[in-house]
Amino acid sequence: MRILLLIVVAALAVAAPYLVPEYYVEILVLFLINLLLASSYRLLTTTGDWSLSHVVLMGVGAYATALAAKLLGWPFWLGLPLAGVASAVIAAALVYPLLRTKGFGFFIASFAFGEFVRLIWVKFTNPFGGPRGMINIPTPELGSIDFFFATPYYYLTLVIVALCLWILYRIDRAALIGDVMKAIYMDEDLARSIGVKVNHYRAMAFITGGFFAGIAGALLAHRLGAIDPKNFDINVMVYLVIWVVVGGTKTFWGPFLGVIVMTIIFETSRPLLEWRPLLFGGILIFFLIFMPGGLESLLPKRWTSRGSSATEVTG
Amino acid sequence: MDFPTFLQTVANSVVLGSIYATVAVGLALAFGVMQMANFAHGELFMGGAYVVYVLYALGGVPFPLAVVAAFPIIALLGMLTERFIFRPTRGNVLAGFMATAGLALILQVLVGQTWGVGLMRSIPTPYMAIAEFGPVRLGWQRLIIIPAAFIMMGGLWLFLHKTKWGKGLRACAQDPEAAAINGIGNNKMASLSMLIAGGFAGVSGALMAPILAVTPYMGHGIIVTAFVVVIVGGMASIEGAVLAAFLLGFIHTFTTTLFDAVVSTMVGVAFMALVLVVKPTGLLGRVKQ
Repeated sequence: MRILLLIVVAALAVAAPYLVPEYYVEILVLFLINLLLASSYRLLTTTGDWSLSHVVLMGVGAYATALAAKLLGWPFWLGLPLAGVASAVIAAALVYPLLRTKGFGFFIASFAFGEFVRLIWVKFTNPFGGPRGMINIPTPELGSIDFFFATPYYYLTLVIVALCLWILYRIDRAALIGDVMKAIYMDEDLARSIGVKVNHYRAMAFITGGFFAGIAGALLAHRLGAIDPKNFDINVMVYLVIWVVVGGTKTFWGPFLGVIVMTIIFETSRPLLEWRPLLFGGILIFFLIFMPGGLESLLPKRWTSRGSSATEVTG
Repeated sequence: MDFPTFLQTVANSVVLGSIYATVAVGLALAFGVMQMANFAHGELFMGGAYVVYVLYALGGVPFPLAVVAAFPIIALLGMLTERFIFRPTRGNVLAGFMATAGLALILQVLVGQTWGVGLMRSIPTPYMAIAEFGPVRLGWQRLIIIPAAFIMMGGLWLFLHKTKWGKGLRACAQDPEAAAINGIGNNKMASLSMLIAGGFAGVSGALMAPILAVTPYMGHGIIVTAFVVVIVGGMASIEGAVLAAFLLGFIHTFTTTLFDAVVSTMVGVAFMALVLVVKPTGLLGRVKQ
């Protein structure tokens, strides 16, 4: 049953660019990037750390690959891993002071730290381009294949995102890592009492999540061709939180649901452009108060019961 | 920096510290009572500025009256936030915090759609005169913020220490269960704390309206600082928030004078990071269970 579902999804993913108009392929690329971003964010939330600097870590990756491409002439294939490593390094630098805080202190401190990094991009016009950001980020090439158009870039993104999601899935399922993280979320003191190095795992989740956010950032930068500090500000962060809250974080698939549903709502609300933040704010409040388990809590239990986890916004 | 510039910067710091204090005490008070943080606190500040815009700039109500009117109007908004967001999410800081982030989006859209997005609302300066103290020059518009802040702080102190309701608030912040056993309703106290938090944020925004660019998004600028102040001061500590507000006021003003506004925000955030690493409970914070 599961295998069948996987095959259908894979077939749809491969055929997608030929099933929808060109414009929607563009949206599908962003959708895949958002999927990776939301899934990497869920890794952090499994330990209870709802960081507010995750989108900034994505930005670190985007700026890293953009700088490498423009200043050093690095190709996308080197810039992509560089982006992940750069985000992981910045995540590591931020996480150790952050570990001294918990709960509310953690949200605020991570928000402020992210803002600090973002302000560096605003402040230093050389090399970051200041408030106007960086433009003319080259598109990837492979031999004679040019990934400029949406469809080839879609396949490139599909392969990279699928690989990253598979790794994230393995981490979630690994008894030694995934389960320990959830144990920390459920009862930190209890976890500590049986010898779990709580802070070690919180740091691991933060840094690993940062790495994949950086990958997502690199994919975004090379697709958009231009990035600026506003791409990674608190508004975008709130949208990421909305995806994850709407979908739920109890299972690996919760954030997927959230990104799918909110992408559809986002695209269909285009005529109401200036009212959209109100709609999204209302949805966020609705889910937090009336459906704290997210959409995944509506799914039949047997679909989600194999998920070994127990983390949601209620806690 | 020569001596007159130094004195001028000190005076500017006191003005800024005063406004930070009136904004941040509400956040600290509400956090102490409810263990809940309001992400839309900056939007309450913005709301206060729009009260002045509507009543004073559009409606012709005298400026001081418009500022006073901001208290009940925004206090009501604060109480509604408590009733419809913090009460249903009680006990879950994250849900309350995120839900108020949603509220911030809603308030921005409502204000923007009612009075226009884009260009800032122009508010004529009610007090044009400039006071001179030796080499220090301060516009009356800024000068009045200092006594206003002292009156508000003094009033809050008296309220918290001399009145039954104020003592109830402090009891609730110390131990909500013990307070409830003694007949102090937690919901009532939470509502009261948000009334004060909203009123103070509203009046602060109202006082600053002629000085700042009034836009639906002006809350963003103040919320980072307000949270830094509350963290540095020790989360639930009102005294800590006031102390941290003036510290931040000095740090921000001096770094803005010497460098620019972006550096100033960065230094403020870095200062908070330092406090978190050296003393995670903040300057005057006590360890909370």
